Amino acid sequence: MVIGANPAENHPISFRWIQKALDKGATLISVDPRYTRTSQMANIYAQLRSGTDIAFIGGMINYVLQNELYPKDYVVHYTNAAHIVAETYSFDDGLFSGYDPETRSYDKSQWAFETDENGNIKRDPTLQHPRCVFQLLKKHYSRYDVDTVCNVTGTDKETYLKICEIYGSTGRMDKAGTILYAMGGTQHTVGSQNIRAYAILQMLLGNIGIQGGGVNALRGESNVQGSTDFALLYHDTPGYMGMPTTVDPTYEDFLNRITPKSGFKTNFPKFFTSLLKCYYGDNARPDNEFGYQFHPKITNGKNYSFLRMFDAMYRGEIEGLLLFGSNPVIGGANTYKLQEALGNLKWMVAVDLFETETSAFWQKAAGKDPASVQTEVIFLPACSSYEKEGSVTNSGRWMQYRWQAIKPKGESKPDLEIVHMLARRLKDLYKNEDTPAARPINALYWNYGDSDHPDIDLVCREINGYEWETKKQVSGFGELKDDGSTACGNWIYSGFYPGDENLAKRRDNKDTGMGNFLNWAYAWPANRRVIYNRASADPTGKPWSKDRIGIYWDEAQGKWVGNDVPDFVATKGPDDPTFNDPFIMQPDGKGAIFSAAMNEGPFPEHYEPYENPIKNVFSSVNLNPAVQLGDKALNTAGDISKYPIIATTYRVSEHWQSGIMTRNVPWLAELMPYMYVEISEELAKEKGIKPKDEVIISTARGEIKAYAMITKRFKPYKINGKTFHHIGMPWHYGYKGIATGEIANRLTPHIGDANSTIPEYKAFLCDIRRA
Amino acid sequence: MEMNITRRQFLKLTGAVAATLAVVELGFDEKTVKAKSGELKISKLKPTPTICPYCSVGCGILVYATEDDVVYTEGDPDHPINEGTLCSKGTTVRQVYTSPNRITKPMYRAPYSDKWEEVSWEFALEKVAKNIKESRDRGFIEKENGVTVNRVDNIAYLGGAALDNEECHLLQKLFRAGLGLSYIEHQARI
Repeated sequence: MVIGANPAENHPISFRWIQKALDKGATLISVDPRYTRTSQMANIYAQLRSGTDIAFIGGMINYVLQNELYPKDYVVHYTNAAHIVAETYSFDDGLFSGYDPETRSYDKSQWAFETDENGNIKRDPTLQHPRCVFQLLKKHYSRYDVDTVCNVTGTDKETYLKICEIYGSTGRMDKAGTILYAMGGTQHTVGSQNIRAYAILQMLLGNIGIQGGGVNALRGESNVQGSTDFALLYHDTPGYMGMPTTVDPTYEDFLNRITPKSGFKTNFPKFFTSLLKCYYGDNARPDNEFGYQFHPKITNGKNYSFLRMFDAMYRGEIEGLLLFGSNPVIGGANTYKLQEALGNLKWMVAVDLFETETSAFWQKAAGKDPASVQTEVIFLPACSSYEKEGSVTNSGRWMQYRWQAIKPKGESKPDLEIVHMLARRLKDLYKNEDTPAARPINALYWNYGDSDHPDIDLVCREINGYEWETKKQVSGFGELKDDGSTACGNWIYSGFYPGDENLAKRRDNKDTGMGNFLNWAYAWPANRRVIYNRASADPTGKPWSKDRIGIYWDEAQGKWVGNDVPDFVATKGPDDPTFNDPFIMQPDGKGAIFSAAMNEGPFPEHYEPYENPIKNVFSSVNLNPAVQLGDKALNTAGDISKYPIIATTYRVSEHWQSGIMTRNVPWLAELMPYMYVEISEELAKEKGIKPKDEVIISTARGEIKAYAMITKRFKPYKINGKTFHHIGMPWHYGYKGIATGEIANRLTPHIGDANSTIPEYKAFLCDIRRA
Repeated sequence: MEMNITRRQFLKLTGAVAATLAVVELGFDEKTVKAKSGELKISKLKPTPTICPYCSVGCGILVYATEDDVVYTEGDPDHPINEGTLCSKGTTVRQVYTSPNRITKPMYRAPYSDKWEEVSWEFALEKVAKNIKESRDRGFIEKENGVTVNRVDNIAYLGGAALDNEECHLLQKLFRAGLGLSYIEHQARI
């Protein structure tokens, strides 16, 4: 089932494999507001109004429960369905217990599990206890009946029931179902809970940890997996260990907060101490908390995400901005305002291949008078991916090496060299100072060769980890220590460079079984291709299905064998009292159907988008109650009376993200030269718009011009008894490059999801008229 | 009949067929045949494997380059994901190098100026380092409510989803662990 993604156009080569599955008899379901090219290839297409995924999936969960399509063995043993929830948990009219409307947040302790006198979670394996997760799930989604769901999503009821029936049939353990999603799922005020809903459905159907199952993000940038793993995000550190904040004055406080009492994460002190050793070298010692105080601490509870960064910039709180391959004037939300915010900067540094709209925000073409813009801008030319060497990590966590094919064009340079040269100069500027500001940068261990050209092999070795004294590479994260004797840049990657061979460079393309290609490149962690793969076998260690063998217990050899690298110590058998739970990153080892980690509640609940065409049908709460609203100057919202049309954005095959690379590639610019808006025949007729007419799309944030493309791919929606039009447009265009066009994200709202703060690009209200 | 051949073998086979046709066309003149085949732009070049810079499917691409030009690129037939195929973006990756719009020199725009000026790397790097230090020294927060925080809130960092892992590692190491920036973000957030 593809929901919130369009692989036929946006991940075309992934679609080859979907096609191969179809050839072998698989069924493809496409759920999308627009009849995409993926829909065209699908067996079943369902129309879904932007922003109603939780209603859609919630109804499927209800269907699976009502018709008992779930595999009970899997659900009881591998998920937290049998856990008993404390009496303090409740749900009433769109709100869970513990809500504080002042702070728009919940007291999550009210969603705890009940424990016995030893602190163990109480369970009811019969799933009958009225407060067990299973029964609460059933109760929660009983409200998501087919009629209510289709009334909200605008889906045809017959099609919807067919999808419930077919997808529900993957609950048989000899079948597998996979969910593919992309930004259509995440770019909503309920984005994280959309994905949670997919995950709950998959756990309920026994589709996680098995070959051919999973909740699969089709990531959009060649290394967005890696850049996230390396924590180029304010709230995290490499390997997902969390960020020190003001509630962690000492290293011990921090470790106590991030280290659970059980599960694999009990190893975090080893990994974080090795990270500090990698950061501060000999300046990370047992007697100075391994240099913990050199590391910054953010203010506890403060959000420093992309949206809030631009809020702060708009208020004049930020002096300088460094952009390494980033073009927020195209890719941000409500970008008229972002452009204003950029004008408050003293300086900006843009590192890119081409002149970006962001680096050129002060120009006349951007609608600015250069003489009134104070910002000093320095543009550093970067080279492209094959003019340098290094690795990238794809959607399947394959870390693949890219070799250098040619020297950088002109005077352009690899980003690696640019950051290295900057570090050297900054260390030089601070070297004779002993101020609080100078101490962390002076303590920083930066040892990649003595010239401006860094030795990438040393960087690779540092990421893998090594013994500090001997500089000998560790063979994996199992060898990392919490006493400062090992250094490691990112524990999840530890093991890719165990000796003298960088395994990301491997090119043995023999299929080792189930399409896992274990000797091609390297997959983190530990070269494992399907995570939580203990769940691919039943509790006794036998494969659920002979056609889909992940791993299984081989009694004769006394270890787990099969087509993948086991997710745990391979000699721990199905009767081992110290290990039996597949979801090793959870403290209790169970898949979290119920999760107290989410900001808006343990179960996904439908709320309307920030700009909503109808009042919420499921409760009296319209907007996700945990969404943080941000700065009023930027979060302007429009009303249905003025903006009666539902809008979304999307991408095309020929352009990539903010378009700055592809709009400068002559052949691609020629293939997809103009900004357009896709509208239905019905809406075109109503507004008197003809194909190729110039039209103006307006929202509460501003308006843009585009060419009208009239298609059958959008159809009017019948929602809660009323008819609504739905339109869509690509967001790749800007005023630089060969192919130019107006910026779609000038229209989108500056509001984010309650957990991730990803902006709601995918559902907003607009109007349209002839230019 | 179903032939079980790899793509590599297939290429060799079709190559052989093409050579036979050429021989017929050119009237069995071995010297001419050799000269013609020698004209293939990539005949003396070694392919360098890379991974597509666009989406995250992770397709393999072979790059044929001379000292100062990218001559040809094609899908890597040995790559298990794309098996030689590519989409429109991957197919045109050569033009990322050859595009006339590539910026090949550092550029500088002074406050209130209406134009870029080409500058040297040394000038640009010194400017950047000096700007960072001045802003950072002004904005450095050593303590907050008595807690040592060693943090900088007045400089922001954005980007990295298309950069290599090794680059991401050094970027967060310098900007977070070294300089203490709190506003470190990239495309995963949008």
